[in-house]
Amino acid sequence: MSTSVGDVVVTGLGATSPLGGDVASTWDALLAGRSGVSRITDAWVQDFPAQLVARLAAEPTERLDRVRVRRLDRSQQVALIAAEEAWRDSGAADAGVAPERVAVVFGTGIGGALTLLGQDDVLEEKGPRRVSPHTIPMLMPNGPAAAVGLAIGARGGAHAPVSACASGAEAIRWGLDLLRFDRADVVLVGGAEACVHPLPMAGFSAMRAMSTRNDEPERASRPFDKGRDGFVLGEGAAAMVLERADAAAARGARVHARLAGAGATADGYDLVAPHPEGEGAGRAIAAAVRDAGLTPADIGHVNAHATSTPVGDTAEAAAIRGALGEHVLVTATKSQTGHLLGAAGALESVFTVLALREQVVPATANLDDPDDDPAVQALDIVRHEPRQARFSAAVNDSFGFGGHNIALVFTSA
Amino acid sequence: MSEDIQTGLAEILEEVAGVAPADATPEKSFTEDLDVDSLSMVEIATAVEDKFGVAIPDDELGNIKTVGDALSYIQKNQ
Repeated sequence: MSTSVGDVVVTGLGATSPLGGDVASTWDALLAGRSGVSRITDAWVQDFPAQLVARLAAEPTERLDRVRVRRLDRSQQVALIAAEEAWRDSGAADAGVAPERVAVVFGTGIGGALTLLGQDDVLEEKGPRRVSPHTIPMLMPNGPAAAVGLAIGARGGAHAPVSACASGAEAIRWGLDLLRFDRADVVLVGGAEACVHPLPMAGFSAMRAMSTRNDEPERASRPFDKGRDGFVLGEGAAAMVLERADAAAARGARVHARLAGAGATADGYDLVAPHPEGEGAGRAIAAAVRDAGLTPADIGHVNAHATSTPVGDTAEAAAIRGALGEHVLVTATKSQTGHLLGAAGALESVFTVLALREQVVPATANLDDPDDDPAVQALDIVRHEPRQARFSAAVNDSFGFGGHNIALVFTSA
Repeated sequence: MSEDIQTGLAEILEEVAGVAPADATPEKSFTEDLDVDSLSMVEIATAVEDKFGVAIPDDELGNIKTVGDALSYIQKNQ
């Protein structure tokens, strides 16, 4: 598809994930079918029903200088690593854009939980005078957006959408709006999450949301499979650089894909349970397709939110089938990455862009026995092996506790 | 000036703010020369108390502008 004035394009990609420390290694591991999931070996996990985690493939504290490690929460550290890769990849730093026209939108689901909980331990053990003066800037949920903005010198705004597991996708939507409304010329968008700690694990476990397939870590995250029993908590971050197509063309930037449209809805149904028919999710997908000026028949691929929970996956299958039909090639990459919460939508958007660019749909791992649900049965879910395919438009959808639904449409550059 | 204090303060500055020990000379201003912000000054004060047993009250901390100021405060109050 050709681009026209006013279109928004993706010129930079960045990621640090359970599959790899950058975009290339993450993508290679995804296509190779590798799993980022392992069993926690720390002593605290003994009494936990769910003992699995998808930890970062590359430890962020070994990649940043010591002072930044000391002053940044782990969620900010991973945000910075992914953002700096996307920023380098875009070449935008050399384009002479005024800092006042550069903005950041970076979401997180939980924020600086490790700092909050760690400093609470300090408070309990050593008293208030020993609590770090960096505590507040490290735990605030706008911390990743602020740290990224500072690192790249963005003065056109730094925003932090917080919509649980839709936060990363919502950041991309905000970025699209900022460019469409001409509030900035370059926007670095993304999501970050790093909350592997007993308390969030216990909280999600208490909701019965996590997989307890502890003896088979790599087989635990199995979206759309009959045997799925919950998600696996992951950590990491992903980022994109967005620009208007005409400006990107004028500076000779390499374009990975177009960000053609976005849709956002709320379920208005329950605080945490998804609408069983995926009503709000389907509306978000349909709205994104309309916003892109496309029809459902144009969409060739969907990177699904599919976290591997019993109710979530069937609701989403109904939403995809209802909004797009049965021709789309669906994949659920959380089967290998685990669920990165507020970073999930950003990482899966990076995957969607790469799938478009490389014309290959990654496989859904562990989908051995698809659910009997009629929508799951009807959809063409890519499993076992990645599938080469010809398509010029793809959807990434993300949903968050609270009934937040975001869908994004990417098209070929 | 005791060399122990100078070395000890340089270690703190390196740990807290990433200042190379060779740069931690008495004439250096924390904010102007060493890029140590106000939050890190609070961290430095806590570390000084741990290492030298010298507490720096908040109203004194504001008067400590240079590495030399910190060295003399520690020496005077140790």
